[in-house]
Amino acid sequence: MSTGNMNLTLKVWRQKNNAAKGAFVTYKAEGISPDMSFLEMLDVVNEGLILKGEEPIQFDHDCREGICGMCSLYINGHPHGPKQGITTCQLHMRTFHDGEIIVIEPWRAAAFPIVRDLAVDRSAFDRIQQAGGFVSVNTGVTVDANEIPIPKVIADEAFNSATCIGCGACVAACKNASAMLFVSAKVSQLGMLPQGQPERYSRVQAMVAQMDAEGFGSCTNTGACEAECPKEIKMTNISRMNNDFFSAKLFRAEVIHEHASGE
Amino acid sequence: MSEFKQTFNSSLGKKLIMALTGLFLCTFLIVHLGGNLQLFSNDGGYSFNVYANFLTHFPPIEVVAYLLYLSILVHAVYALVLTIHNRKARPVGYASVSKSKVTWASKNMGLLGSILFLFIVIHMSDFWYNYKYTHSVGYKEYRTDLATGKTTWVDFTPSTTDFEKSVSVVNDVEIVRVKDLHAKVAQSFSNIYYDVIYVLAMCVLSFHLMHGFQSAFRTFGWVHKKYTPIVSFIGTWVFGVIIPLGFAAMPIFYYLQTIIK
Repeated sequence: MSTGNMNLTLKVWRQKNNAAKGAFVTYKAEGISPDMSFLEMLDVVNEGLILKGEEPIQFDHDCREGICGMCSLYINGHPHGPKQGITTCQLHMRTFHDGEIIVIEPWRAAAFPIVRDLAVDRSAFDRIQQAGGFVSVNTGVTVDANEIPIPKVIADEAFNSATCIGCGACVAACKNASAMLFVSAKVSQLGMLPQGQPERYSRVQAMVAQMDAEGFGSCTNTGACEAECPKEIKMTNISRMNNDFFSAKLFRAEVIHEHASGE
Repeated sequence: MSEFKQTFNSSLGKKLIMALTGLFLCTFLIVHLGGNLQLFSNDGGYSFNVYANFLTHFPPIEVVAYLLYLSILVHAVYALVLTIHNRKARPVGYASVSKSKVTWASKNMGLLGSILFLFIVIHMSDFWYNYKYTHSVGYKEYRTDLATGKTTWVDFTPSTTDFEKSVSVVNDVEIVRVKDLHAKVAQSFSNIYYDVIYVLAMCVLSFHLMHGFQSAFRTFGWVHKKYTPIVSFIGTWVFGVIIPLGFAAMPIFYYLQTIIK
């Protein structure tokens, strides 16, 4: 916790595009304030690179207040860095010590191809969402907010699941690059609520099918996802999804019996 | 039918098969340990040998046994398929070592399982194969005086090589002649290297089950505030400690006997 500015050594993964071969490049980050966020530190490094006429390091970021899920970065063996329950943009440089070597890598997963440097394409998550991560609501008159009673525990737990920002840290942390924590959170946030019931069982089947099609690994219940999730999404979501999935696949009949008369 | 295929070909379906076969193998371990506790009884191997004969000649057990061999193979093959798939999901690894807080066992189930598979091959080829398909296992004759209940035993050589078991009562003395697997066990366990392999394999079993048993329930989706602590207690203490310890005690017990003799 020094008050003076820090000098750091960064080992950053640089890669021109998904087809190109990437490599680590070492940069000096000098005069870094401990009060800077990790992304601001990278901004300073990039400014130096631009002044030197070099290509800046490309990394994803947007809101910079921990709610959009756009920032990523695998920092010293941890997605979003070494601290619990925060995103990279909320990580401050005071977490590191002067002279430290910081290794920065992109999310590594076949389903998250590298766009450039540290930026990866996470549109696989969008396609999983589009496969069923929604509630179909007919337009019409506005429904009173409290018309459907929902127990507080259910509302709160569904909200906990809904705090998933879809950053992909679970995939990055998982030894199998599995997306189970993300998909299960998205299945749970709707499946637990009354509004999500009509599509509950079709949703889980469609989203799991899309997850498999995207080429994510499978779950070994190791728990690295839960340990690294910036929103502290719990693995109980995974079990909840498994339960719904097997219930849908093995025990629920999706048939409409036809009338003998043909009417 | 294609719907079933789709279910079991999904990533969750494959994990379901892993969980089902894994738990079936877990229940087998309870029976196996229970039966083999007879190795500790001081009756010249009488109860153990009669038990071994019963297991190999009682048809329902035979059926379950083949289900068991199938489960081991399916569990191993699916593990391999899933592992290959999981490796493909991350073609380029990280340069920095992951520092996520997870148990060592949960990250190394494949390695632990491979060692166990190798152990099962050694274990079955030594006892199961020799007992069922070779004539390398000897015979014993147990004479129990029905009046006093005292049992004496001697080695016995049958007239035919495919002899299995006979029971007869002559002059109030019950004569039981049976294949002597107990002597084969005692002989194998008198070898220190063999015992070391067994004890190490049981350590591996402990780690494998400490994660595996609880993981199976998570795969089923059976996670509940009330019951998960019970599952985790059973997974840790029964399958992670008591069962491996019970099995490991057998080679140690027999080795100590050979030293004391």
